[in-house]
Amino acid sequence: MTSKTLTHLQRLEAESIHILREVAAEAENPVMLYSVGKDSAVMLHLAKKAFYPSPPPFPLMHVDTTWKFQDMYKLRDKAAADAGMELIVYQNPEAREKGINPFDHGSLHTDMWKTEGLKQALDKHGFDAAFGGARRDEEKSRAKERVFSFRTASHRWDPKNQRPELWRLYNARKAKGESMRVFPISNWTELDIWQYIHLEGIEIVPLYMAEERPTVERDGMLLMVDDDRFPLREGETPVMRSIRFRTLGCYPLTGAVESTAKTLPEVIQETLLTTTSERQGRAIDHDQAASMEKKKQEGYF
Amino acid sequence: MTTQDQDPIYKTDALIAEDIDAYLETHQHKTMLRFITCGSVDDGKSTLIGRLLYDSKMIFEDQLATLEADSKKSGTQGEGIDFALLVDGLAAEREQGITIDVAYRFFATEKRKFIVADTPGHEQYTRNMVTGASTADLAVILIDARKGVLTQTKRHSYLVNLLGIRNVVLAVNKMDLVDYSQEVFDRIVAEYTAFAASIGIEHFVPIPISGYMGDNITALSENMPWYSGTALLPHLETVEIDSTKEPKAAPFRMPVQWVNRPNLDFRGFSGLIASGVIQPGDPIRVLPSGKTSKVARIVTYEGDRAMAVAGEAVTLTLEDEIDCSRGQVIVAAQSPLEVADQFESTIIWMDEAEMVPGRAYWLKIGTQMVSATVQQPKYEVNVNTQEQLATKTLDLNAIGVANITTDREIPFAPYAENHDLGGFILIDKMSNQTVAAGMINFALRRAQNIHWQATDITRDNHAAMKNQKPAVIWLTGLSGSGKSTIGNIVEKKLARMNRHTFLLDGDNVRHGLNKDLGFTEADRIENIRRVGEVAKLMTDAGLIVITAFISPFRSEREMVRQMMQPGEFVEVFVDTPLEVAEARDVKGLYAKARSGQLKNFTGIDSPYEAPDAAELRIDTTQMTPEEAAEAIIARLIP
Repeated sequence: MTSKTLTHLQRLEAESIHILREVAAEAENPVMLYSVGKDSAVMLHLAKKAFYPSPPPFPLMHVDTTWKFQDMYKLRDKAAADAGMELIVYQNPEAREKGINPFDHGSLHTDMWKTEGLKQALDKHGFDAAFGGARRDEEKSRAKERVFSFRTASHRWDPKNQRPELWRLYNARKAKGESMRVFPISNWTELDIWQYIHLEGIEIVPLYMAEERPTVERDGMLLMVDDDRFPLREGETPVMRSIRFRTLGCYPLTGAVESTAKTLPEVIQETLLTTTSERQGRAIDHDQAASMEKKKQEGYF
Repeated sequence: MTTQDQDPIYKTDALIAEDIDAYLETHQHKTMLRFITCGSVDDGKSTLIGRLLYDSKMIFEDQLATLEADSKKSGTQGEGIDFALLVDGLAAEREQGITIDVAYRFFATEKRKFIVADTPGHEQYTRNMVTGASTADLAVILIDARKGVLTQTKRHSYLVNLLGIRNVVLAVNKMDLVDYSQEVFDRIVAEYTAFAASIGIEHFVPIPISGYMGDNITALSENMPWYSGTALLPHLETVEIDSTKEPKAAPFRMPVQWVNRPNLDFRGFSGLIASGVIQPGDPIRVLPSGKTSKVARIVTYEGDRAMAVAGEAVTLTLEDEIDCSRGQVIVAAQSPLEVADQFESTIIWMDEAEMVPGRAYWLKIGTQMVSATVQQPKYEVNVNTQEQLATKTLDLNAIGVANITTDREIPFAPYAENHDLGGFILIDKMSNQTVAAGMINFALRRAQNIHWQATDITRDNHAAMKNQKPAVIWLTGLSGSGKSTIGNIVEKKLARMNRHTFLLDGDNVRHGLNKDLGFTEADRIENIRRVGEVAKLMTDAGLIVITAFISPFRSEREMVRQMMQPGEFVEVFVDTPLEVAEARDVKGLYAKARSGQLKNFTGIDSPYEAPDAAELRIDTTQMTPEEAAEAIIARLIP
């Protein structure tokens, strides 16, 4: 018998798999929220491992805003097919009808497409547990977030009504109508995610790697002109720059960084040497201080 | 020396820039250490955590810029950086009434990834600290060098030891404020050594530090040449992780989480290995059923494995088709776990509503969920003085020792042997809240020596002889709602139909079987439990039992329902508004309750929880007792 010591990634992996299986065993109708980003990619990969040789016993759901990068839509459909999972794409019909977009509607864009869209999608399908790819290291306010986060029947996060989580014991019991959001990769850091993607050869959206792409500089952010819906302001002309993205969302809201890192190790290298934190590239967080907390209460996560 | 000029040795690995592939290769082999920091803000806890994050380069430039600005604005360190600001920000949330159990922080060095459980706040401290400590491999107990060993130091140490953390660091902080005095340090260590031994901490590592100045954090400080031990971070990087959480040398145990059944040809059992190692061909036993087989394959996404160890999440297939489902435990065949249904356990109460002895709660241990009742605690422990106090119940943040009875036998290990198989949570059946954490100390002998006596005449025989289907008609409602009157008519009617019945009446039972019980919540629960057991025996004898008890709590009615065979429990809600029942006041009890002569009277100063889903509801303002009895019989004999 050998005295094998598990590495940190093996421990994180085992913990995530354990969480995924607990939900599959105890929830009536779980779903995995899939945003096509690198964290979602890792979460999906872990789900494949947790239930192998069965396919994950729940569908994937993308709450779409219609404003994601083209490359994200391509990978989304492929990843679901590869995993043998049903893919549910939900677009808030009201947002679609009103033509809500990030250029004209500011934070209403996120409210309508994402926050409202998610609630509608969960209600429509009657999901009682939704996996999300949030991590505790992303932001100061998330450090205290639980792995199992309970929501009232109206999807509100009631901060006074959350449960202590001890050992590996998660209490998944809930009343009819209540639901939970579950974050299996809570304890992973950005570097863990990158290392794991590298080690496991997980397919991610090519936008994470540097390439020459058409860009404009606006309000201190470097935005990519991903399609012709991008309204150029006076004096703006798209300039080809070697850029990549550290996080992915709606393309008009996601800032790029100038980079020459074309391979995954180079990206990791840059990440390690970088001096700004990850979420800085997202316009959504700059809206107001403590915006995360507010969005959570509204049901964004 | 200021913090800014100090060049943190953990800053950036030169290898990152030179050879990223080599760097990644070494970093894939990092191990992980989870630790908890115990102390209050005054001990410099936040400063220490902030310092660790900073020195291990987990702080980015934008965060540092914010930190520097904030330090000038609201920091307490003059021109220096206030590291505490990196991890604070919880105060505001506390003001908003948000419950914060534990905040988790992450940092990594070249050797290890660290997860720090930080438990803020003074109130709720026990609950929070126990939660944080439950997953920790190591505890850093902080002491302010100027203050020495305080009551709170003792409380933290007691909890750390209670949760079974064997690696303890005593960080004597703020050494810069006592002139880096060896004498001060030695005196504190001596005092702590005596205390630690008294509560069972056999070993701890004392380190003199200054979180603010950075002394003995990443490297030994020139300010304390007298200290010859290891600096804090190098100690955390190299300390051997105690293995009681996942002992590999112990026999194999794996709670089954999920049965993996993609098609008819594959049946696997998925779980996280709680202890030991397993290889294909190893003989195993499934508990509590006791069935045996051998491991056929260890299946993972990467392919079949030749071996798996404690801490890994795997899927096992067996050579034989034996019954095995979620909640059962697969163990090494030659060294099975104990199986029992009564335990002595240590319980930490975590809910605003106090523990109710005798009430049934859900108990989750490993992957099993069973119904369990907690008896009146043997004693409560004062966490500050470690004295044992007599108590009838446990309040929020109280720690006590009590016996627990589960509704079926469960495989387990004492917590001291294995945390996954001996640690449990209690869940309130109505609110679904996690109300307590517990640790099994040992099984009670009583359970092991009393076995069910198999009898030749079965309950089916008894029922067949009487030519009827046994049932319990459970009448619940306020005092004076008409339960006894209706029950009496039901029994007379059934007797005329040649049915064998028995009426258990609340007042009558209290003259004999339950005359030792009063009207407190705990006594009322025990009253109902006994009536439930009697009713159960009577249904075993084939009788139709009619009961007339106020039975005000949903949990207890649910408990009795669970005792009976499915379909045999008929809950009848005798629904009479309080005003009506009080106006009737047949026994004059409401008048006494209103005048304060009678305490804990249901509807007046003790609640009545109306049924949500009773089989039958009788509205006595609309129906006569005669009509009510007809409705009940129609429900019973369609």
